[in-house]
Amino acid sequence: MGKKGEVKLIGTWVSPFTLRTRIALNLKSIDYEFLEEKAGTKSDLLLESNPVHKKIPVLLHHDRPICESLIIVQYIDEVWSSGPSILPSDPYDRAVARFWAAYIDEKWFPALKTIRFTKVPEEIEKKLNEMREGLSLLEGAFVECSKGKSFFGGDQIGYVDIAFGGLLAWLRVREKNYSVSLLNATATPNLAGWAERLCAHPAVKDVMQDPDKLIEWVQINIDKLQQAPPAK
Amino acid sequence: MAKGEVKLLGSWPSPYVMRARIALNLKSVEYEFLEEKLGVKSELLLKSNPVHKKIPVLLHHSKPICESLVIVQYIDEVWSSGPAILPSDPYDRAVARFWASYVDEKFFPALRALPMAQGKEAMEAAMHPVKEGLALLEDAYANHSKGGPFFGGGQISYLDVAFGCFLGVIRVSEKVTGVALINEHTTPGLAGWAEEFCAHPAVEDVMPDTDKLTEFINRIIKMKSQSPN
Repeated sequence: MGKKGEVKLIGTWVSPFTLRTRIALNLKSIDYEFLEEKAGTKSDLLLESNPVHKKIPVLLHHDRPICESLIIVQYIDEVWSSGPSILPSDPYDRAVARFWAAYIDEKWFPALKTIRFTKVPEEIEKKLNEMREGLSLLEGAFVECSKGKSFFGGDQIGYVDIAFGGLLAWLRVREKNYSVSLLNATATPNLAGWAERLCAHPAVKDVMQDPDKLIEWVQINIDKLQQAPPAK
Repeated sequence: MAKGEVKLLGSWPSPYVMRARIALNLKSVEYEFLEEKLGVKSELLLKSNPVHKKIPVLLHHSKPICESLVIVQYIDEVWSSGPAILPSDPYDRAVARFWASYVDEKFFPALRALPMAQGKEAMEAAMHPVKEGLALLEDAYANHSKGGPFFGGGQISYLDVAFGCFLGVIRVSEKVTGVALINEHTTPGLAGWAEEFCAHPAVEDVMPDTDKLTEFINRIIKMKSQSPN
């Protein structure tokens, strides 16, 4: 829907936040041009489009930039309103969805990101426990939001599916980094089933990263990376 | 609208609570204000917000809504016949959300660190990101207010509420540091905006008095220095 030139996305295949926006674009069947940033460099277009944060993803719609992954997802939902809804229609359900997306970004993701900053075993274990506790909360959130259906959004992929799903491959990377299993059928049965269904979804399967390829990418680019995972 | 339907858990100094109160006032929603005491979290708060245990919490028909900006959007959507808080155009909404997010993630953390800075060098270092942030917000005001006086144009809107709630803390910081952070020379747009915002009927009764807030913040700093946590 819409000529390809109208919609551009500046991002990378590696970035969990870029992934969120790609899932949203796919859900709405939007054609877009994917402008891939190279590791360790920031294009002029990126710096011009997001001068405040200088970070991906940036959506360009009729050349106007929209920044911040969840803001982009809401923008996509509101502009392409004839496609399947990403946010629930009921205001209370919307508030719950927004709450969990904010939780994921403000509380859960930082542990996933910053665990790589330490080599101290006690601190690593502390971060792993934070991630476990968070997953336990998200397991409960799934029950609350899904109301017995397949996704946080119900029958269809919705806002929290996108917010959390974007991080899934990097969660698997962390599990391999530390030889632990955090999201699985025993500890998080609901999330385990959800993760499988999400990754198989047509809007997700072609853009969801392969954790092994992410690990390979980190190794190749380790000197270009000042910090762990890529931008927001 | 029956008062019992809407309750707000909060406290008078909190800028985040102020966001919710301004939104309720904009929509003329009657509500019961359940004030939390400093240093004590009520049973109701712990039950209503088990994840963060923080104010504000809006209780609507006893169902809790947490996180100030989530609450503001909820109020906007439920009381949709009142004046709109979020802009109607999706691009304007994205811009408003972007700057609100900037205020929460970058600006306020820098502002909050100001009163803690000890000594001239530390104070100058702490001042720098605050001034940078205000310069960005001044630009945002110039670019998006469409003549103002508010970020939302003629009416108070989402970004006014998201940023304006910090004017109390800004005033306290100005008093403590002796530096006019918002002023007619470096931030003329924001200077005019701040006056209009604080005088707005939905704001004036919930914006704390600067002296009272200074005393409160000093108490907090003292409490924190006595029990490092």
